[in-house]
Amino acid sequence: MSEARFKPSPELLRHSSAQLGITVLAGMREIWAHKFRSLLTMLGIILGVSSLVAMSALVSGMEKGAKEALVAIGGLEKVRIEPQGLPIEQRHLSDQAVGITINDVAALERSAPLVTRLSPEMRLSATMTANGKSFRPWNCVGVWPAALEMNEHVIEHGRMFNEIDDELARSVCVIGTATRDELWGAPEKVGHEIIPVGETLYINGVPFTIIGMFEHYESERERKERLLASTQTETNQVQGVARRQNWGGKRRSNFVFYLKNATVYLPLNTVWMKFRSGASQFAIAYGGGGTRTISGTTGDPRLSGLEVKIATVDLLPEALQQIRNVLMHTHKRIEDFSFRTQEDWADQINTFIHNARLSGGLIAGISLLVGGIGIMNIMLASISERVREIGIRKSVGAATTDIFIQILVESVVIAILGGMTGLATSFALVHLISTFAPTDNAPIIQVTALAIAFGFSVLVGILAGIFPAFKAARLNPIQALRYE
Amino acid sequence: MALVELRNVSKIYRLGEEEIRALDDVTLDIEQGELISIIGPSGSGKSTLMHILGCLDSPTKGTIQLDGVMIHDASSRQLATIRNRKIGFVFQFFNLLPKLNVVQNVELPMIYSGVSGRERRARAMEALQMVDLANRAKHRPSQLSGGQQQRAAIARALVNNPRIVFADEPTGNLDSHTGEAILQLFRKLSQEGRTIVLVTHDPEIAAVTPRRIEIRDGKIAVKVDSTLAGLKNPGEPVPA
Repeated sequence: MSEARFKPSPELLRHSSAQLGITVLAGMREIWAHKFRSLLTMLGIILGVSSLVAMSALVSGMEKGAKEALVAIGGLEKVRIEPQGLPIEQRHLSDQAVGITINDVAALERSAPLVTRLSPEMRLSATMTANGKSFRPWNCVGVWPAALEMNEHVIEHGRMFNEIDDELARSVCVIGTATRDELWGAPEKVGHEIIPVGETLYINGVPFTIIGMFEHYESERERKERLLASTQTETNQVQGVARRQNWGGKRRSNFVFYLKNATVYLPLNTVWMKFRSGASQFAIAYGGGGTRTISGTTGDPRLSGLEVKIATVDLLPEALQQIRNVLMHTHKRIEDFSFRTQEDWADQINTFIHNARLSGGLIAGISLLVGGIGIMNIMLASISERVREIGIRKSVGAATTDIFIQILVESVVIAILGGMTGLATSFALVHLISTFAPTDNAPIIQVTALAIAFGFSVLVGILAGIFPAFKAARLNPIQALRYE
Repeated sequence: MALVELRNVSKIYRLGEEEIRALDDVTLDIEQGELISIIGPSGSGKSTLMHILGCLDSPTKGTIQLDGVMIHDASSRQLATIRNRKIGFVFQFFNLLPKLNVVQNVELPMIYSGVSGRERRARAMEALQMVDLANRAKHRPSQLSGGQQQRAAIARALVNNPRIVFADEPTGNLDSHTGEAILQLFRKLSQEGRTIVLVTHDPEIAAVTPRRIEIRDGKIAVKVDSTLAGLKNPGEPVPA
């Protein structure tokens, strides 16, 4: 009698890879046999995946919009120096505080090498009158020609005033499209674009000649919508309606872009001479009441702000220190100024995006988890219906691992089908969201988000399948065969 | 050397304090090519014996050698492979998978032995021809009569060319006419040289086999051997 022990010869080893295809097919057949049940189970995964993708797309859209706006106001290299109340320990010196003046500009130009560009601003509270209408733009400001580049403005019609205009304090101005829209009418309303270059504009009663107009600033989405609307009006016979819709769409345009459009630039010297020097026009502009006192005949040389561009963002702290050193000197050590950097805003945007992503991801993750629990539930129900099948399979030679893989594959197949349907659904969902809740920032579906969502659904399928598969694989074949 | 050699095999279950000897010191040889029946009333231990012989269960005591391989202490994976390669089962309730058609059911054992798709189909059809059921290959089990289903189950049991076939009450769920046809089929297979073990409680069915073993209370009570095959081994008790 031989004492030969059982040894699996290579010939007896299973070719598991070849079996996988059959197992996947068997899983598909099982899902197809219970169509409705499987669909309900998949629904959890579908919702989880599509909400994950939609959430990510919304946040990406917001992020892109915020970054666009950040670039539109001049990027991270821009620092704004603004007057500020004195700190408590210097309050007694307030009489001697000089404020930010043109002297600071000269000093910074000479002594702060990290500052590459300077743009002093003298803000004017102004009412524009022309064409029988009046309008108060958000930002009417006396600047140097350099402000054009500093604030990322682009002249579309006419020209920017130059150094000579500034030097001679000519009564010229450059306006944004908001002023044009308010005083002469928007192109959407009038039907053609009015270019008021050469027209006379009364600013606080003083006549100015418009020598240039900025282009119309808008987010990418607005531009697309506008182009779409204009192509539609060309084909559409009912033009008036289309335009009104477009006008309405423009009203809720991005605030940052609206403010930028509502800008009027005047030469700095002109503002100083005509409005700040105590000349008669000032009194006329605010005239009538006589209650307002004018600060002396020498005028008010203070700037409302000073914008500087620094060499690189990496050297921002060093550049701020340089500016501070220079200004502390010219301000006789009185700290009546403060810095405002875009970095704070950029940080805020990043924090917001991060939080939105985190909370959205958490919600989508929970719904994926619920989907996974659904899969586990249905797999447990399925194996208790198929105890006999498992017994039969074991009796014809299925090993524990074969059964384990079979159940696991079924679970993963459900998750993969759900995941793929979810990806398809997410496009529809994103479209639905942007139709019902329009924002300026069109959602952007990213490939990485799709991949992550799909990967998570597969992972959930695997995790949900492990326990039922383990339970099925452990069934005793004799008892399973007897099971009714 | 016999195809199957059982030596002092016991299967003991414990129910609390009580010890139940489902099989009690059974020694048995089954020769290559034999047609043998194991009979006994329900609860006698004949099913336990078949499960142990069929590698579905392991004995508590004793040694078993199947086709030259010791199997009494094999792992569950090894037992699965032995079931797959060397053993075929035919059950009372046919045990075909209702979601698969006949030929897919017959292919099932070959899926677990990693046979390629084309060969699988060819061998399954061959097995179906052997049981005269090739014209029903694409039918679902539910579309077949009981006799046809049992023939499909026999085709499945034979498809991997096993060393031994166990049939557990193969006619128990069939009318007498169909049952007779199934028994005829087993006889024919036996004449072709296959080793077949019929497990039944019905002496009439057992009567068709040359050798009969009756189990009572976990022990071999009666041996009837028209071929005298059982006398070859000196370790066995003298037939009663």
